[in-house]
Amino acid sequence: MIRYLTFRIGQAILVMWAATVVVFLLFFVGPGPDNVARTFAGRLATPARLAQIKHDLNLDQPLIEQYWHWLSNLLQGNLGYDYYKGESVNSVVVAALPATVSLVIGAAVIWIGYGVLSGVLSAVRPRTFLDRGFTTGALFFYSMPTFVLGLGLIWIFAYKLSPVTQFFPFHGFVAITANPGQWFEYLILPWLTVALVTAAGYTRLTRTSMLDVMNEDYIRTARSKGMSEGRVIRVHGLRAALTPVVTLAGLDIGTALGGVIITETLFGIPGLGFTIVQAIQSQDLPVILGIAVLAAAFVVFMNLVVDILYAVLDPRVRLY
Amino acid sequence: MSMIPDITGGAGDTAAELAVEAGEPVPVGRKIIQGRSPFQLAWERLRTDKAAIVSMAVIAAIVIMALMAPLIAAWIGHGPNQQFIDIGENANGGPVAPNGTFWLGTDSSGRDLFVRIVYGARVSLSVGVLATLISIALGVVFGLAAGYLGGIVDVVIARVIDIMLAIPFLVLAISIATILHPSFWLVIFVVGILSFTYPARIVRGQVISLKEKEYIQAARALGAGPFRIMFIDLLPNVIAQVIVYGSLLIPASIVLEATLSFLGVGIPPPTADWGQMISDASGYYQYGYWWYLLFPSLALLITTLAFNILGDSVRDALDPRGGGLYV
Repeated sequence: MIRYLTFRIGQAILVMWAATVVVFLLFFVGPGPDNVARTFAGRLATPARLAQIKHDLNLDQPLIEQYWHWLSNLLQGNLGYDYYKGESVNSVVVAALPATVSLVIGAAVIWIGYGVLSGVLSAVRPRTFLDRGFTTGALFFYSMPTFVLGLGLIWIFAYKLSPVTQFFPFHGFVAITANPGQWFEYLILPWLTVALVTAAGYTRLTRTSMLDVMNEDYIRTARSKGMSEGRVIRVHGLRAALTPVVTLAGLDIGTALGGVIITETLFGIPGLGFTIVQAIQSQDLPVILGIAVLAAAFVVFMNLVVDILYAVLDPRVRLY
Repeated sequence: MSMIPDITGGAGDTAAELAVEAGEPVPVGRKIIQGRSPFQLAWERLRTDKAAIVSMAVIAAIVIMALMAPLIAAWIGHGPNQQFIDIGENANGGPVAPNGTFWLGTDSSGRDLFVRIVYGARVSLSVGVLATLISIALGVVFGLAAGYLGGIVDVVIARVIDIMLAIPFLVLAISIATILHPSFWLVIFVVGILSFTYPARIVRGQVISLKEKEYIQAARALGAGPFRIMFIDLLPNVIAQVIVYGSLLIPASIVLEATLSFLGVGIPPPTADWGQMISDASGYYQYGYWWYLLFPSLALLITTLAFNILGDSVRDALDPRGGGLYV
């Protein structure tokens, strides 16, 4: 186990390092040799500021020096300086993180809960009306672009039903520490938007995986020793069928933490995704760069967590 | 479809065909038994699948609409970027509701929404198809190389895929599009290159199990080089999986393109684009201009839904063991 852990953590560090190289090339080489300071300055590039950026980022040094300078800053937890807003990228990110985490965790509870439940129900009653309903629903939401669903929900619940429901504020965010009730109200529609689009994949994955598992010999054994069907499904079926779902959930949550870009933009939730879109509009590259690195870190970390969980649950994984 | 192999070879093995070749008359009423390739069988299954037929018809209609866009525009008499400031805007300068002149209403700049939706289909379809072709081509080449050559090639390709999956798709696409300035071709390349990882993994997995088969050993024993084995012997046997994945990648690419355009880093205006139109409409529909949001959204949704249903049916047809949606 220790050997596997060391190997896996080493691999994660390697991937993260390579990701920083890719991001570095994109942002420090992509714009062309003389344009880097210009792109980092955003729209308000005075000559004095350009000179300062060149100095801050060591842009007059060779590329390898620039990379080393940037990487050593990253390793000290410094994501850079946002010249447009005039504050460090760290403080921009720290301000945005609570909103994104609230959105992702709440949505993940809904999408995993609904996805697994609908997938299991579909699998234990295949070809029934229920199964067709869930699978068709999954296909529908799977095909639906997030912004279409989000705008549709706002239209229906916030505008069309507004005389009936005084319940759906749809723009903004209230911190859970400030007012838990409002925090919940403001997040219902965003949670649904993220969850419905994402749950489709879980319904299908759980259904397929469950159908496979329920045909295994040990399920027949469990049935033949007189176990009730519900118990067979819960104890033997679900446990085996859920491993791929756990993997997918880990990856999806990791990706979502890097910014639920569309949903945050639609609902005006000041999270990482909203911040990145604002940064696009103001050509504020340091923020995009910082969030890209952070997002990669989330994905690599969640990947690592999922793999370690796997190794704990299934000893066969540790064998190499 | 010239790349589809006819695995059965000549169909001359059956008794009836032999009889025909020998010049003997085939008894009337006796059915001629023909050998059918797996792809013919799959096509038979697809033809009897109602969902597949409907989605194919919808896709065909959208394709025809896209191809005939200039004709449709000329027939209606409204150009895609033509502004009708006098009749296309209401007294407040807002969009005009659907009427006899503007079938689906106008947008906030007084342009004909119907004509723009028709033109938008061109962008969506061409990005969807071209980006998919790029990612499939890259995925096949990298997947074959990683799976067949193995060793250091496999390690390098696997790590490249890991790295690409590490940086969230949309964040990476936005970064690239922001730095390199959005254009039609850039969007196609970004969407295409970023999506190659999944087909590459699928092809790699298939090739790893296939390369131990006897016919590959035989090819090697006959002196076939790695390129011949990869592209002549292995490729036809993974092509079914690639087709299934490709048909599901088209709607995903269309959604990604629309998402980039929605965020303002996709196809630059004034080109008519569904994502862009929905983005514009999101500032208007609350004030009663429902058509402005509804029709572009419907166009996008119908297109992706049709491609996804077709993709599912194609998978069921090529792999009848199940796992599909309409088992």
